[in-house]
Amino acid sequence: MAFELDQDGAPGSDEFVKGLWRENPVFVQVLGMCPALAVSNTARNALAMGLATLFVLVMSNVVISSLRRFIPRQVRIATYILVIATFVTVVDYAIQALSLELHKALGAFISLIVVNCLILGRAEAFASRHGVGRSALDGLGMGLGFTLSLFSLGAVREILGNGTLFGLALFHAGFQPWVIMILPGGGFFTLAGWLLLFNAVRERRARAVSLAGEAAQ
Amino acid sequence: MSQALPTPPPRAWHLYRAMVGVGVLCGLLIVTVFLGTRPVIERKRAEALQRAVFQVLPRARSSRSFRRMEGRGFEPVVKGAVGGEVVHAGYDEAGRLVGLAVEASGMGYQDVIQVLYGYDFREQAIVGIRVLASRETPGLGDKIETDPAFLANFVRLDVSVSEDGKRLAHPVEAVKPGAKQHAWQVDGITGATISATAIADMLGRSASRWIPLLRGHLGDFREAS
Repeated sequence: MAFELDQDGAPGSDEFVKGLWRENPVFVQVLGMCPALAVSNTARNALAMGLATLFVLVMSNVVISSLRRFIPRQVRIATYILVIATFVTVVDYAIQALSLELHKALGAFISLIVVNCLILGRAEAFASRHGVGRSALDGLGMGLGFTLSLFSLGAVREILGNGTLFGLALFHAGFQPWVIMILPGGGFFTLAGWLLLFNAVRERRARAVSLAGEAAQ
Repeated sequence: MSQALPTPPPRAWHLYRAMVGVGVLCGLLIVTVFLGTRPVIERKRAEALQRAVFQVLPRARSSRSFRRMEGRGFEPVVKGAVGGEVVHAGYDEAGRLVGLAVEASGMGYQDVIQVLYGYDFREQAIVGIRVLASRETPGLGDKIETDPAFLANFVRLDVSVSEDGKRLAHPVEAVKPGAKQHAWQVDGITGATISATAIADMLGRSASRWIPLLRGHLGDFREAS
């Protein structure tokens, strides 16, 4: 018995690519801002949080897509949260097993992946309406887009705020770090800079497409 | 003109099937991963604790944890037992007790700071400190972990006990950077005054309580070696 209408077709590369740029979760949709700002003070933390979110996103998309015919609409949100919380618990144990220091650095933000609106949003808007292949690609693209965005924030903040990247010194000993960049304020400054760049590039592209269209007419 | 038929409400069985079915599957997955990762996590925690004990007790080559038993001194921690107040004894190559590592905590600038400090009972001094948990401001407050001048305070911080053995002879106190004159004083850090003072205060409070108590039960730790 199907509770959702399928809007499926063959998995296409667009499902994967859209999350990287056109519908980038952080720089375009501005989703998941809490971890994006809170744990992006170093490149390592940002990358780890991005990969943890990527894992949860792909796995929850796959499971929710597989079970979409068995989940009635009335209990879908509760079920999605259950699935997402399970994979967050799995990733929490996995990070502890890999590195206790990394687990300590990410702190409560690992558990808070459960309430990252990006994951529930993709489950509701995509995985519950499409097949497993497309949902996996969607999760992979969105997760990679989220990871790259967090890394972009973390790398800039660590380089300017600490003079290092992945802990390796980049400047001479006389470099005075911009401490503000690894404080909460620095997260907002860096995010604003990236949003400015993203919007400028998108606008320029849109203008070029519009001009090309006019020229063709 | 066609008209869409309304979707019939799901039967209760379908709701139960979805929630219970997904719940059982999720539970099985969590338990499997928990059982699979637990040995690794416990081993890593034990290794991290041992590294911390060796760092704060530089002469130690092995360690053992003890739990305080109300009215009965200290007894070795049995594997799997939880709760209670725990201290860690460090032993040299010959199995002789060289010192005790104790946890202390207190409010810093951002959040609670948790440290492990090593007490050398022969020197009657704190001979090492390691920050276990801290969310102090990066670049400022986190100097409590990285500033060599501040960490030098804990190479030999005097916590000798009074003649009656019931309290510290001199309370540990924080002073302004560069103003340290006595072995029981802690030089502060410019730009991280609150964090540095928090460390001195938590050590002072913890040492006042624990060191007279530990000195009265040194035999418990020696016998276990």
